[in-house]
Amino acid sequence: MAELVDVINVGLFAATLRMATPIAYGSLGGIFSERVGVVNIGLEGMMLTGAFTGVAVSFFSGSPWLGVVAAVLIGGLLGLLHGVITVKFAGDQVVSGTGINIFALGFTAYMSQVFWGSRGASESVQGLPVISIPLLKDIPIIGDIIGTHTPLVYLMIIITVISYIVLFKTPLGLRIRAVGERPDAADTAGINVFKTKYLCIVISGMLAGLGGAFLSLGHLSLFAWGMTGGRGFIALAAMILGKWMPFGAFGASVMFGFADALQMRLQALGLLPPQIILTIPYLLTVAVLAGIVGKAIPPSNYKPYVKE
Amino acid sequence: MRSITKAFPGVVANDKIDFVVEKGEIHGLLGENGAGKTVLMNILYGLYKPDAGKIFINGKEVSIEDSRIAIKMGIGMVHQHFMVVPSLTVAENIVLGREPTKNRILLDTDKALRDVKDFCDLYKLEVDLKAPMHSLPVGVQQRVEILKALYRGADILILDEPTSVLTPQEVQELFKAIQALKQQGKTVIFISHKLREVLAVCDRITVLRRGRVVGTVKVEETDLGELAKLMVGREVHFRFDKERPENQKVVLRVENVEAVDDRGLPALKDISFDVRSCEILGIAGVEGNGQTELVEALAGLRKIIAGKILLDDIDVTKASPGKRIQLGASIVPEDRHKRGLILGFSVMENLILGSHDKPPFATNFVRINIEEASSYAKRLIEEFSIKTPNKDTLAQHLSGGTQQRVVLAREFSRNPKLIIASQPTRGLDVGATEYVRGKLVEVRNHGCAVLLISADLDEIWALSDRIAVIYEGRIVAVKDPEKTSESELGLLMAGGKSD
Amino acid sequence: MANLTDRWKALIRTTRRLPQRLSAELRVALPKMLPQVIAILLAFLVGAVVLVVTGYSPLDAYGAMLSGAFGDTFGIGQTFTQATPIIFTALAFLFAYKCGLFNIGAEGQFLFGAFVAALVGISFSGLPSFVHVPLALLAGALAGGLWGLIPAVLKARLGAHEVITTMMLSYVALYVTSYMVNYPFKAPGWVAWTVPIAPSAELPRILPPTQLSASILIAFLLAGLTYYTLCRTTIGYEVRAIGLSPSVAEIGGISIRKGIILALTISGAMAGLGGAGEVLGVHYRFIEGFSPGYGWDGLAVALVGGLNPVGILLASVLFGALRSGGMTMTRTMHIPLDIVSILQALVILFVAAPKLIKYLLKKGGVKWRNL
Repeated sequence: MAELVDVINVGLFAATLRMATPIAYGSLGGIFSERVGVVNIGLEGMMLTGAFTGVAVSFFSGSPWLGVVAAVLIGGLLGLLHGVITVKFAGDQVVSGTGINIFALGFTAYMSQVFWGSRGASESVQGLPVISIPLLKDIPIIGDIIGTHTPLVYLMIIITVISYIVLFKTPLGLRIRAVGERPDAADTAGINVFKTKYLCIVISGMLAGLGGAFLSLGHLSLFAWGMTGGRGFIALAAMILGKWMPFGAFGASVMFGFADALQMRLQALGLLPPQIILTIPYLLTVAVLAGIVGKAIPPSNYKPYVKE
Repeated sequence: MRSITKAFPGVVANDKIDFVVEKGEIHGLLGENGAGKTVLMNILYGLYKPDAGKIFINGKEVSIEDSRIAIKMGIGMVHQHFMVVPSLTVAENIVLGREPTKNRILLDTDKALRDVKDFCDLYKLEVDLKAPMHSLPVGVQQRVEILKALYRGADILILDEPTSVLTPQEVQELFKAIQALKQQGKTVIFISHKLREVLAVCDRITVLRRGRVVGTVKVEETDLGELAKLMVGREVHFRFDKERPENQKVVLRVENVEAVDDRGLPALKDISFDVRSCEILGIAGVEGNGQTELVEALAGLRKIIAGKILLDDIDVTKASPGKRIQLGASIVPEDRHKRGLILGFSVMENLILGSHDKPPFATNFVRINIEEASSYAKRLIEEFSIKTPNKDTLAQHLSGGTQQRVVLAREFSRNPKLIIASQPTRGLDVGATEYVRGKLVEVRNHGCAVLLISADLDEIWALSDRIAVIYEGRIVAVKDPEKTSESELGLLMAGGKSD
Repeated sequence: MANLTDRWKALIRTTRRLPQRLSAELRVALPKMLPQVIAILLAFLVGAVVLVVTGYSPLDAYGAMLSGAFGDTFGIGQTFTQATPIIFTALAFLFAYKCGLFNIGAEGQFLFGAFVAALVGISFSGLPSFVHVPLALLAGALAGGLWGLIPAVLKARLGAHEVITTMMLSYVALYVTSYMVNYPFKAPGWVAWTVPIAPSAELPRILPPTQLSASILIAFLLAGLTYYTLCRTTIGYEVRAIGLSPSVAEIGGISIRKGIILALTISGAMAGLGGAGEVLGVHYRFIEGFSPGYGWDGLAVALVGGLNPVGILLASVLFGALRSGGMTMTRTMHIPLDIVSILQALVILFVAAPKLIKYLLKKGGVKWRNL
């Protein structure tokens, strides 16, 4: 019989941080996009494509880091696509995002077949190394939780802090928030609304791609069909829960990461049928969305900006 | 600006306009709503591109692609709808686009505060720099807008209808500030449709009518009458003949109503008044004193925290909008695009809104009776002279005046007991405005109670049997138009006390 | 219109005029659908590029698809079979969309409806067909409706964004039905499926030996019903009003809450009905993974169909052809089936921005007025 300590232990919390990482990347991406007034439903697709690209490039080049770079670039490219459709051509943001998601699913499966002959899973590739931070890992308990991880996890924390600084302590951040809230006011202030929007959406895609790369390279070292499993959407929920603030989103991501880690642990222990456990993160998201609203007022106005 | 032409679908906003402003003068751009003043200035500020024509600044021809270039050329604009970002502070709003930095990366908030403060002192404009914009009153926000333009090095300052949201006292302060700007060597273009104000503050005035220049005059060489004639081109009726009513009864009674606005701040504080049949009660007040919240509360769109609303002696305080329509209330909303018409619906579909789920338009509450709706629509189109190709045209393809006719047709044809008309002639040309006002009087003569809320004092004067003044969420006075004056009303609207 | 004979006469009149009305509608709708047609062509173009780059021949691929989908009676029958569930999910997306809501959880509502219909089909025996079939269909619709009701209430009462909630519930439905069919309701043996439904619950096949079942007739009926509801009933009027302008609808006395709940629930019910139709007409049991993404197809079809029932019917046939032709293509040419998903996604992306089409046309030197 499984004991509670088999489930609730230090490993669970370390796993929490790991599982929070892709969601955190996604939610940061979501924040940049939404702060500038564009809903990015396509985070899921950008993440998935990033996951695939990372593995594919790592497969052909032997270097996982090259894979990470490629994932970021591809994510940015998809972000650019989303930007062009929604900003330049004033297309519907949700439709564009959904199109990107469906595209990602089909494209990654297709290319999986082409490269490895199987749409299910790729071959194993060189994954990212795990590093240990020298002093950090020696702290009792806390050290075990945060001391030893893939660099992308630490990068996520760094990017979270940077995001906060950029959004609230730099002129660029001021402009981003102005563009999102009152694009006409930003325009008359001489800010290039379109360029700012493009920039943020591309950043959004890049972050999503990074999150995807972590999922495939930093965690499993292979690509599996649809491996993002809705994390792009959960990232959006984390963004809302975190009130469109980087640190808030991080906190929310940790919560979702916990649900994810818990679900995996429970599955491994065979306590409940896997399918039932798998529903936990999704139900949690729904509960979150049900619980917080009324207070969840987005900071931006999402209408496409039209100049005469 | 020479031979500037700009056309939008359905209307030529600027038709070969020649407009010349001298350095250091205060030049008024006068015209009615829709004459093309804002469009012309938006072209100057880079927000629109002219279809034809040239612009010269200090003798050199320039091409103004966007606001950035306009700003670089020393042109600043304060729009009618302020271009401020509500969640940012005053200082942040002012430096937006030209933010000072330390190390070229981080925002230098202290330097921003210092720089802006210098400007405030120079032009004698006082503002709390650290306050978030959304917390400031309208007059102060306008001051911020002016500071913003000056901070960017504006030598030519365009003010678009700056007094439309100010109390009479704030208007005087604005005029003083404009004079101070002139003394500093700035040039000011003052856009307005208010004759008296333009005469009071400007040196020269250019009058636009229907997209064309009809004249440029020096202020000392003209007067109110001449300007009015230039602006309008014909006589306009200022008064309506009304019969004295008999057997009036109270239709709407508002008792001690309290409500909050969207930010949770009190908007209506213990407001009480009543409206009787066969009368028009005009509520005069500067925009932002609770009128919007009052209309929403009366319509059933905003919950009130205290007090009662009675329609024909029935308590409707908690009734839904649908119920109030059933009981005989009709609303002509102030924003016809947001609350008046469904742009994506046809004229016919718009005309049955509110009655669409009842006989004769609905049978068994399920099926819509197209024949009934069609004949109703055709009748109303005829009766109200709605200029539309047919009943199935989408509302978005109609002009503003025609859209307002659809709203009126719908609301008036329900034979309501009470009509709440909120800014009913806003954005309409002279012909449409006359029509709407005539209809309101007509319906009043037939026994309806009309609550008229308007920021246009002339309109209140022309139509009301009684005038109530609203200030900061309270009715501060109810006056008989025969026994009061415009200056007394102005004083009351600004919160002063009369005798 | 009080008595029965008058009503009957009116119904006959309407049915007689139907082909006329349909062709009139088509004549109006088709030119407006030019952007969508161009979007499809562009999608196929880009798809061809993808194929070439990965070493396949577009001619082989598209040729196989075409012959597989329309080459013979069997192919055509299969095309329409594949089109059927898509019609349901597309109508579901459309109905919610008309109310301003994005129901992207149609897949989950579809699966849930399918499963519950299978349960009803299995659980009762000895019932006459004309009771059992409608019962099972109804159960499926109700199940889908329930799965639409949950996000509906969350949105109406709490403002929870339906895009995320429907998506999440879709995953939940996927896993829950997977659980059901792997554990409690699993038929003996290796395969993750239920036991077959009772013969009394089966929808008849209308074109043997293809799998085309009476479900398609239900789909057509639903399309007509949807059109009628949206254009000629108070519910449809209110739903559209809320979708176009909630603030005006509110002041006109329409209850936004009620409208949202109704729209999303009906939307879910339509998807659920589609799932039920598949189970009762094609597979006769609930099989894990039987849906290759009909919910997503529905979304694409709704958009490509220009968000009107006639366009949806046409576009469903197109996508049905893609699916059935795609299977032939995979079988004969060994090209990965996922190229179909890619094509669908490309269509969606091109349709997402009508101005994009205009822009591309201009670049290509073609001008089209009133686009």
